[in-house]
Amino acid sequence: MAEKYIGQAIKRTEDPRLVSGLGHYVGDINLPDLHHVALVRSMHAHARIRQLDASRALPMPGVVGVFTGEDCKDVGSVPCASSLEGLKVPRHPVLALGKVHYLGEPIAAVVADSLYRAVDAAEALVVDYEPLPAVVDPEQAARAGSPLVHEEFSDNVAFVWSLAGGSVEQAFREADRVLKQRMVHQRLIPMAMEPRGVIARFQPGEQELTLWSSTQIPHLMRTQVAIMLGLAENRLRVIAPEVGGGFGSKLNVYGEEALLGLISMRLHKPVKWIETRRENFAGTIHGRGQVGDVEIAVKNDGRVTGVRYTVWADLGAYLQLLTPAIPTLTGLMLTGAYRIPSVRMDVKGVFTNKVATDAYRGAGRPEATYVVERVMDLVAQELNMDPVEVRRVNFPAKREFPFKTATGLVYDSGNYEAPLKRALRASGYSGWRRRQERERKKGRYLGIGVSTYVEICALGPSPAMPAGGWESATVRIEPTGRVTVLTGASPHGQGQETSFAQIAAEMLGVAMEDVLVLHGDTSIVQYGIGTFGSRATAVGGTAIYRAIEKLLKKATLLAAHLLEVPRKEVRFEAGRFVCRADPARSVSIQEVALASYTAKKLPAAFEPGLSATYFYEPSNFTFPFGAHICIVEVDRETGVIKILKYVAVDDCGRVINPLLVEGQVHGGIVQALGQAFMEEAVYDEIGQLVTGTLMDYAIPRAHDVPWMELDRTETRSPVNPLGVKGVGEAGTIGATPALVNAVVDALRPFAVRHIDMPLRPEKVWKLMRKEEQ
Amino acid sequence: MIPQGFEYFAPSSVQEAVSLGERYGGDAKFLSGGHSLLPMMKLRLAAPKYVIDLGSISELAQLSRDGDKLKIGALVTHHDIETSGEIRRSCPLLAQTAAEIGDPQVRNRGTIGGSLAHADPAADYPAALLALDAEVEIEGASGSKRVGAGDFFVGLMASALQEGELLVAVHVPVLGPDTGTAYAKLRQQASGFAIAGVAAVVTRDASGKCSRLAVGVTGVGPKPFRASQVETTLVGKKLNSRNVAAACRQVASGVEVLSDLSASAEYRSAMADVFVRRAIAAAAAVPEA
Repeated sequence: MAEKYIGQAIKRTEDPRLVSGLGHYVGDINLPDLHHVALVRSMHAHARIRQLDASRALPMPGVVGVFTGEDCKDVGSVPCASSLEGLKVPRHPVLALGKVHYLGEPIAAVVADSLYRAVDAAEALVVDYEPLPAVVDPEQAARAGSPLVHEEFSDNVAFVWSLAGGSVEQAFREADRVLKQRMVHQRLIPMAMEPRGVIARFQPGEQELTLWSSTQIPHLMRTQVAIMLGLAENRLRVIAPEVGGGFGSKLNVYGEEALLGLISMRLHKPVKWIETRRENFAGTIHGRGQVGDVEIAVKNDGRVTGVRYTVWADLGAYLQLLTPAIPTLTGLMLTGAYRIPSVRMDVKGVFTNKVATDAYRGAGRPEATYVVERVMDLVAQELNMDPVEVRRVNFPAKREFPFKTATGLVYDSGNYEAPLKRALRASGYSGWRRRQERERKKGRYLGIGVSTYVEICALGPSPAMPAGGWESATVRIEPTGRVTVLTGASPHGQGQETSFAQIAAEMLGVAMEDVLVLHGDTSIVQYGIGTFGSRATAVGGTAIYRAIEKLLKKATLLAAHLLEVPRKEVRFEAGRFVCRADPARSVSIQEVALASYTAKKLPAAFEPGLSATYFYEPSNFTFPFGAHICIVEVDRETGVIKILKYVAVDDCGRVINPLLVEGQVHGGIVQALGQAFMEEAVYDEIGQLVTGTLMDYAIPRAHDVPWMELDRTETRSPVNPLGVKGVGEAGTIGATPALVNAVVDALRPFAVRHIDMPLRPEKVWKLMRKEEQ
Repeated sequence: MIPQGFEYFAPSSVQEAVSLGERYGGDAKFLSGGHSLLPMMKLRLAAPKYVIDLGSISELAQLSRDGDKLKIGALVTHHDIETSGEIRRSCPLLAQTAAEIGDPQVRNRGTIGGSLAHADPAADYPAALLALDAEVEIEGASGSKRVGAGDFFVGLMASALQEGELLVAVHVPVLGPDTGTAYAKLRQQASGFAIAGVAAVVTRDASGKCSRLAVGVTGVGPKPFRASQVETTLVGKKLNSRNVAAACRQVASGVEVLSDLSASAEYRSAMADVFVRRAIAAAAAVPEA
């Protein structure tokens, strides 16, 4: 049966309010007697605080309080949810206590009746620092004798983690060739359009604290902040209002959230803090930050038989919510879309005097895909094979799915040849190869980059997740027949108010306009996990699916009762319960809903009302995949890279709304372009953030973005009844290596084998010049 | 934006603005489009006690032709310059240059006077003004004066403007049909400022020989400069890709070349050569070497 809503390109119902400025982000929320908080942040990467003098700030007009680390001593540590064996977890105070460990670490909070006055007073606060030597490079920081980020530990290595599968030693012994390459995954700044922000309102009468925060995980945050503040969890309400992007940077519990709560509880005033862009650069988590040596065991026919990857992960000074877990995700996905029978990854997680790294769009998986996709190209170059052929030689066949990897995962479903074939055709791959040859002779350098990725999504089964990996949904039909969906996911730009309404409207046979999707308020929505790891539709959407199944079961019971026929005699079709024997007799779902509330004629033991809740626990991850092909031209004289063509064929399982899928892919590719060509959080040797504004830190602008040709194949996931897999991170994961592979390919005449990101023009220019000299 | 406190003035005439400038001297800043001053105030790198907003002085927003010169008021925006039919006809180099500044939002608000007074070494207009032998008109307590572009740019973020003086207009020549112009630029990825920005003005005589060549270079040194060596080498010749390429070597020799995160001195110098060549080739409609 053709579906009315699922699979349709329906415009986002969120957009009218967002594009007309009628949405409410934290910054738009105002409360009576609202006071403002300005934070004093460390100017040094590593220093002892000799003295903190607030005597000039306190008497300034409008100032009602100054809070320091001493005032917050009773607040619990900013939490880290990862529990790797032997992990060193430093205490992470909400305001620095005696020492600062990274540039931008909050030291004091100044509260005033206007933001201007708060900022002026914060400037009047005098901090006397005793600078200490800073460690910036993770590899150096891991060495014995390096200055210590945390004096309570004997060294800067927070953890050592290994993952091994198959017979790696044997693979290398029996390899025809062994290739080695160092690869850098530079630190990136997630740069959500809306920076973070918190409002806290403590109501002493009710003894209730409400926090509005720009977060991806309102419920998890509620639990953690309640623990930090020693508050009963049911007296803390967290609201994630409109959230302007997160990309993982808001998949966290930050010190400011508890700090604002504490200030409001102490002052009995509502208080607001909105992060400035500068604070966002220095004080919100960064992404990536891995340096690794990869070794590849390869047979002369192109088969990769073993991968060894030794990594230094730059954790930063503290462990945020998932900091140590990120590199472990890299390990899991290190064999990529290939039948690589043996693998070993050794990670050293290292403290440095920098802001913490944590999840950023892809979170550990782009690193894995980048490594393995670069590996495929290194093998191609070494064996003088076409990179497409190397990939084909290593693909598992369609019939091998579910496919068990050397890292211990089971890829749910896949057909890796299908998107590759389409991408080759759509890009005109072989034509470009011929053209590349011709142009090289004329001194024009074209490059063709291929990436055939697989990613791990729908995080995830609870055993693999620190705080549970299920998702919740409540679906309720109101007395007037309107449908309310409460999801534990917390969409922040993905458009699930639309796609979840599509699922509900389809299944209930109601108009989409009659469905309202609510999320992000812990007092309205049952406990949930949140939105990250390409999970919301596959896990949260499935929870809705199951809740509706449950609800329809109940409604059918009542409908049969109303129609006075046995339950089995009723079928549900297009929003009506119909008598099988006499289709003229039917009752609409809205009528059934009303009857369930008026409760005049209910079956025996029937619970009034029409609502159902389902907590869905997935049995596995999902594994979307795809093929990206990109053609670039490198300007011989300047090193400037121009993208001539970009083709992405993604397979994210069943598609609920193609517009949303395309939007996710577009945005992901753009962020990949940022990492591949432009972005890098640069700290100097004393730990100052050199790229601390958008005048120095380059992110893609509209004019940097190429036309993207998108296509899809659809291999449904057997993991969930909707067959969906997830697509939020596919673009970032798939595109980064395609872009870099293209440039390396363009530079082959210059004997270039690898270039570390970002591929800025000067770097590319130098490589071409080196060869010339 | 949360700047430090300041007192705000909105004078309605140049005289009023100049007298405020004179009264408050170094404690005051003139505000035009706000695209240099406001970001600095936002970061509290600038904290003027007095902000003199020029926005109400309508005569500063005028664009007029006076014989063989165009007079462009200080408040004329980059967008106006980019799209003005008069400028496109009479002095296309300025429109070509304005089109390369920042992004549409910057061009909609930013003004030529504000940009020049700020004297950023990587701003775009200075290259064009040098190549055009433009003049900058300045009002001060002691009256009005005109300064040639070559004398206006003094050094890194420094111009000939004295404390309290107001840049009121720019005068550029009307170019004839025998003259071709181009602006070629390598953008800094983050800011859009010039790593190397080159404005070229090529005039040819009846025989097709280059009778006048003026090349302004921005972004490379602490202040913009003319590529005089290249000009001398090529004037009097019929330009072709070979002689243009041969002339554009070591354009930045003798210049203290800037070096920063976005481009080393070595790269900047090399890009100066490339973009000087590209700008001349485009202005002279010579195929690229």
